Amino acid sequence: MKQRLIVIGNGMVGHHFVEQWLASTAAAEYELTVLGAENQPAYDRVHLSEYFEQQSADHLRLGQPGFYQQPNIDLHLGEAVTAIDRDRKSVVTAAGEYRYDKLVLATGSYPFVPPIPGREQPHCLVYRTLNDLDAIRSSAENGTTGVVIGGGLLGLEAANALKSLGLKVHVVEFAPRLMPVQLDDEAGALLRRKIEDLGVSVHTSKATREIVSGESARMKMCFADESELETDLIVFSAGIRPQDALGRDAGLKLGQRGGIDVDQHCRTSDPDIYAIGECAVWNGQHFGLVAPGYTMARAAVSHLNADGKVHFQGADMSTRLKLLGVDVGSIGDAHGHTPDCQNYRYTDERTGVYRRLVVSADGKRLLGAILIGDNSYYDPLLQLALNDMPLPDSPEGLILPTTEGGLPAAGSAELPLTATICSCHNVSKGDICEAMNDGATSVADLKACTQAATGCGGCAAMLKTVLDTELEKRGVQVDRSLCAHFSHTRQELFHLIRVEQIKTFSELLQRYGHGGGCEICKPAVASMLASCWNEHVHTPELLPLQDTNDTFMANMQKNGTYSVVPRIPGGEITPKMLIALGEVGEKYRLYTKITGGQRIDLFGASLDELPSIWEELIAAGFETGHAYGKSLRTVKSCVGNTWCRFGVQDSTGMAILLENRYKGLRSPHKLKMGVSGCTRECAEAQSKDIGVIATENGWNLYVCGNGGMKPRHADLFATDLDDTTLVRYIDRILMFYIYTADRLQRTSVWMENLEGGLTYLRQVVIDDSLGLAAELEARMQHVVDSYHCEWKAAVEDPDKRKRFRSFVNVDEPARARIQQELERGQLIPARQLAEENA
Amino acid sequence: MMNTHLNWLDLCSRDDLTPGSGVAVKIGNQAVALYWPEPDKEQLYALAHQDPFSGADVLAWGLLCEQDGEWSVAAPLYKQHFRLKDGACLEQPDVVLPTWPVRFNGNRVEAGLCQTRIRPSGEGQRS
Repeated sequence: MKQRLIVIGNGMVGHHFVEQWLASTAAAEYELTVLGAENQPAYDRVHLSEYFEQQSADHLRLGQPGFYQQPNIDLHLGEAVTAIDRDRKSVVTAAGEYRYDKLVLATGSYPFVPPIPGREQPHCLVYRTLNDLDAIRSSAENGTTGVVIGGGLLGLEAANALKSLGLKVHVVEFAPRLMPVQLDDEAGALLRRKIEDLGVSVHTSKATREIVSGESARMKMCFADESELETDLIVFSAGIRPQDALGRDAGLKLGQRGGIDVDQHCRTSDPDIYAIGECAVWNGQHFGLVAPGYTMARAAVSHLNADGKVHFQGADMSTRLKLLGVDVGSIGDAHGHTPDCQNYRYTDERTGVYRRLVVSADGKRLLGAILIGDNSYYDPLLQLALNDMPLPDSPEGLILPTTEGGLPAAGSAELPLTATICSCHNVSKGDICEAMNDGATSVADLKACTQAATGCGGCAAMLKTVLDTELEKRGVQVDRSLCAHFSHTRQELFHLIRVEQIKTFSELLQRYGHGGGCEICKPAVASMLASCWNEHVHTPELLPLQDTNDTFMANMQKNGTYSVVPRIPGGEITPKMLIALGEVGEKYRLYTKITGGQRIDLFGASLDELPSIWEELIAAGFETGHAYGKSLRTVKSCVGNTWCRFGVQDSTGMAILLENRYKGLRSPHKLKMGVSGCTRECAEAQSKDIGVIATENGWNLYVCGNGGMKPRHADLFATDLDDTTLVRYIDRILMFYIYTADRLQRTSVWMENLEGGLTYLRQVVIDDSLGLAAELEARMQHVVDSYHCEWKAAVEDPDKRKRFRSFVNVDEPARARIQQELERGQLIPARQLAEENA
Repeated sequence: MMNTHLNWLDLCSRDDLTPGSGVAVKIGNQAVALYWPEPDKEQLYALAHQDPFSGADVLAWGLLCEQDGEWSVAAPLYKQHFRLKDGACLEQPDVVLPTWPVRFNGNRVEAGLCQTRIRPSGEGQRS
């Protein structure tokens, strides 16, 4: 019979344990039961405040969808453990008793609420779980002011959450400065100023004496210095305490200040019980960050497997985060407690930047650092400190601003292989090199095979640097050439075409390439020429560059016939147009099907039939739908507030506007959009390259989503935009994508590989950090203004029409050579033929 | 193949071709793809129009690719390459398409056929 392993707690660390455990060999010998007190499966607490921004917890979910449906996991949610019976080796819940052979405690911590009289009031809340956030949200609904007690890391996160709910926010901190653990006075003061600039009031050196009923608000806080503050809700965020009650009651050895005492294998005083994460203490230390928790999880898995691979030996508590939009970093001995250490400080009050270095007495090693305002310095400094690397002769250079814009890189080339790049998933530089030996060549590859940068995401830039340096070091010239004929990247070629005003493939090939071109570079260049100059695909110079579908402006199907998709903007169509479409389908005996993009696909046309089919469609008022192109396909929409009782904006109208604006735009890959009229999201906009969702105040814009083989939820880019701003942002985003993406790179992959990711894209598009916004808009306007229906141009021009002859020397309809059969009343390719050639 | 025993059959005019790409012609009942890869040169090629992997008449519509001075066509459906000069499939060399000698004669395009039989010069079949 199999042994039984029980994990108590399904938080981030508990989840990490389960993932690591299932990947280990010992997993086969055990039955695994997970007992979680919350009624949600594991979610990302680090990014909890995004719950308010995204209005859903789906994206916070940990693990692949369906992870907990695996047959080898027995997950019980909403089932809190009430006791551990070590004699019977069982745990007890309200629902029953579970026997264990090995037990893992991952019960986490709970928010510390200081014993202030009046703290029991209903609008005194904490900030740790999704349930807490729901409580905060409903409390905020009828309130205007919110107070966070605690100005540490979590307190400022909570302040951010309250701010996103539209409250006037106050932060009350007992210590004389914000983030007293991580920052010194000067950094704390600078952070305070920046946060106050954002409209958050900060009160330091304040002790709350009691909370009583308010006069103008729900409550009144009375402070020890006799001052008062009225507020509608209070969030306690004054630190966390290990959730050690189960261990305490079961008689496990505890740390001096609480927490279940563990050894380097994360074993408790009972050899069959392990404790990991925030409920545990090691060597008297408590680790309130997720990365050490993950290491503990791995140490426990390792010990249960008896492989001796991972021991827990303390953890680096350096932190880097963005608090209310302000970069804050704290590394190692940030306060300079090491005897005889030397300090370097750099302050720029104008831009709100502060950097402090703590260096060993001999000036050779970095002990700690504090950063405010610019975390691009964090990675190089952290690596110097963690890996004990020798400092340059003038360490101050490490924190002085560089005029050339380059960072004083602790070049990743010098990093030892043991250097940790991703602390969430414990990925070292060595792991990355190994993955590269196995063929990984991009950030996306590395994310997929090492999980690096998929936790908090803080190491993404570092990961990219390591990747580039390593590729270079291997002499694997990072070959981003388009193909054998161009040793440039798509981005470089696009730039050349634009700047040098190149209009033809042969000119580009002559000046920047060699040979005759191929099926990779020809369509790619054709697409770029179209994005820039928007000339008709049948221009003689452009014609031989196109894939079949683009050449004949229809989609070739498996039997060599084509399908025809007219544009139906926003999926809105009059009965008259619908009838016209039906008549064309009937006349040409086309197989007819509704597509997923709210339009109609007509299949089975032979090449020579296309011009007359289009002549009739155009006469009925249709335009080409570009279903064949790397270009805008459809803008899916719901009926919005025109018909729907839930709709808050005219989503169909917006979809039609967008579809008509961007139709014909040639891009690195196809583009899909969606517009939903309310948060119910019936148009599935979050699975599109551009997704727009109506709000009471305007539109929320989502970017870089994808359905298909590798689905990706779109990222929320901006909220409550008016029509003009929405269109302006989409113009800029799409054109920037066209400028910078690789060949055949969908927006989702582009985003995954974009250094700086969503934040960077926002800077470029919203803040115009590259000074490109006007150019991007102008270029898009050119494409919009030069739009023409390419099918209309083709049927009207006898020379272009000539191209659709099935044979140039005989006038014979190709349909005669195609075998078809009837199925459910429509013509389809003959099955027998299809199988013969399968 | 290009020898005195060929009969040259008139196919179409120069204007019927697509410079840098292909068109389809019929030679007898055979569908043939006719390629003019380099518009500044006079070299023409002809292969069977039927794609052996899909069974569909589509090869004339494939993109032309140059590699080390040799031209091939990428099949539009499943993207195999066929070498224009001899019809060999680069991904699967046992598949060889029939080819025909073709040439410009002034502004006309001609295919060379053996005197004795109107059949393609190679009898390649998918194995």
